Amino acid sequence: MTELRGWREIPIGGMILEAGNSVEYKTGGWRAFRPVFGEAKCIHCMQCWLFCPDSSILVDPENEKMVGFDLEYCKGCGICASICPVNAKVIRKAGEELARDDPRLCIRMIEEGKFQE
Amino acid sequence: MPTKLIPKELAKRPERLAPGHRLCAGCGASIIVRQILAAIDEPVVMSCATGCLEVATTIYPYTAWRMPWIHNAFENSASTMAGIEAAYRSMVRQGKIPEQNVKFLAFGGDGGTYDIGIQALSGAVERGHQFLYVCYDNGAYMNTGIQRSSATPFGAHTTTSPAGKVIPGKQQFRKDLTAIMAAHGIPYVAQAAPSQWRDLMQKTRKAVNCGGPAFMNVLSSCNRGWRHGTDETIEITQLAVDTCYWPLYEVENGEWRLTYKPKEKRPVEEWLKRQGRFRHLFRPENRHLIDELQAEVDRRWERLLRLCGEA
Repeated sequence: MTELRGWREIPIGGMILEAGNSVEYKTGGWRAFRPVFGEAKCIHCMQCWLFCPDSSILVDPENEKMVGFDLEYCKGCGICASICPVNAKVIRKAGEELARDDPRLCIRMIEEGKFQE
Repeated sequence: MPTKLIPKELAKRPERLAPGHRLCAGCGASIIVRQILAAIDEPVVMSCATGCLEVATTIYPYTAWRMPWIHNAFENSASTMAGIEAAYRSMVRQGKIPEQNVKFLAFGGDGGTYDIGIQALSGAVERGHQFLYVCYDNGAYMNTGIQRSSATPFGAHTTTSPAGKVIPGKQQFRKDLTAIMAAHGIPYVAQAAPSQWRDLMQKTRKAVNCGGPAFMNVLSSCNRGWRHGTDETIEITQLAVDTCYWPLYEVENGEWRLTYKPKEKRPVEEWLKRQGRFRHLFRPENRHLIDELQAEVDRRWERLLRLCGEA
């Protein structure tokens, strides 16, 4: 987080002069569950990009590929994992409910404290 | 040529809503905003009524908007945008600024639209301003802590319609705002949901290109108020569509058209049981309320089918 500014440093009228400066505020610290990307399984359908409330899906526009999560802002809601069509297919194939951190999934949700590289 | 509505193509374009905003994890409102802005190629000017979206995206000294954006008050998102649109056209006429194909957007929650802002909205569309008003309807005043609004579903628990021994949640049915807006006879009115993203984006394009005032009512799940997991947002939104609680349709120049017909209409109970705000309805003494809600959903759905020439 940026340092608090005194009244002499604040623009007149309390105006915010930089559009989109909310990027200075990192919301990643809110996260209780971390999305983990299984790149090998991804079909780059971009559904997660469509449904992410926090613009936290990193996309490589040149190669049209999903490349991971922006963990500085991801709040860990898990929508990406719940709408991922690859996840849905894996669960259908398994024929049973899978744990959210099952290694077979394309997007896994792992509890922050238990996450290991 | 407008960008094709293909996620890969849309994802290449810069985001107009920056991350770092403080909407809750799993919020439906920012999903709707991102999808709507992704569907519009042209420059956008936007206003927000007081509400979660306004508060959480512009906590001082930050703003999440990478475009001209204004907040005025709770009730006047529509009239603020009407003024901006009129001023813009006047300045273009006077040759003070070059003409661009600017799209004017006003956003409001259900509190700022159904209740507090309906007069300003009605006036602005009646005067024929060229703008799109989007209501993201999460069915209560979620920003101030889940108070009932006229968009709250029948039977829902809110802090001002608490479910207890005497009163089992909200006693009234939801106001049909989309139909009220259609009755204004404006060029474009639609009801949409983010779970059907292509439908929402197509409607957005039609709305901003209709050459007059347009209105869209979009269902926005609020996991804090609806009481469900943060990852269930899209699934539960889709259930509202599939149970016909939230049918997807458009009214283009007075022509009603269904844009999504569920393969099989599911009982509204399936949508209710996923949300904590309806938990009390499943007690034996309250079961009849589910039947009442189902009857009302059926009545509205059949009316809609008749209007759309499907019945």
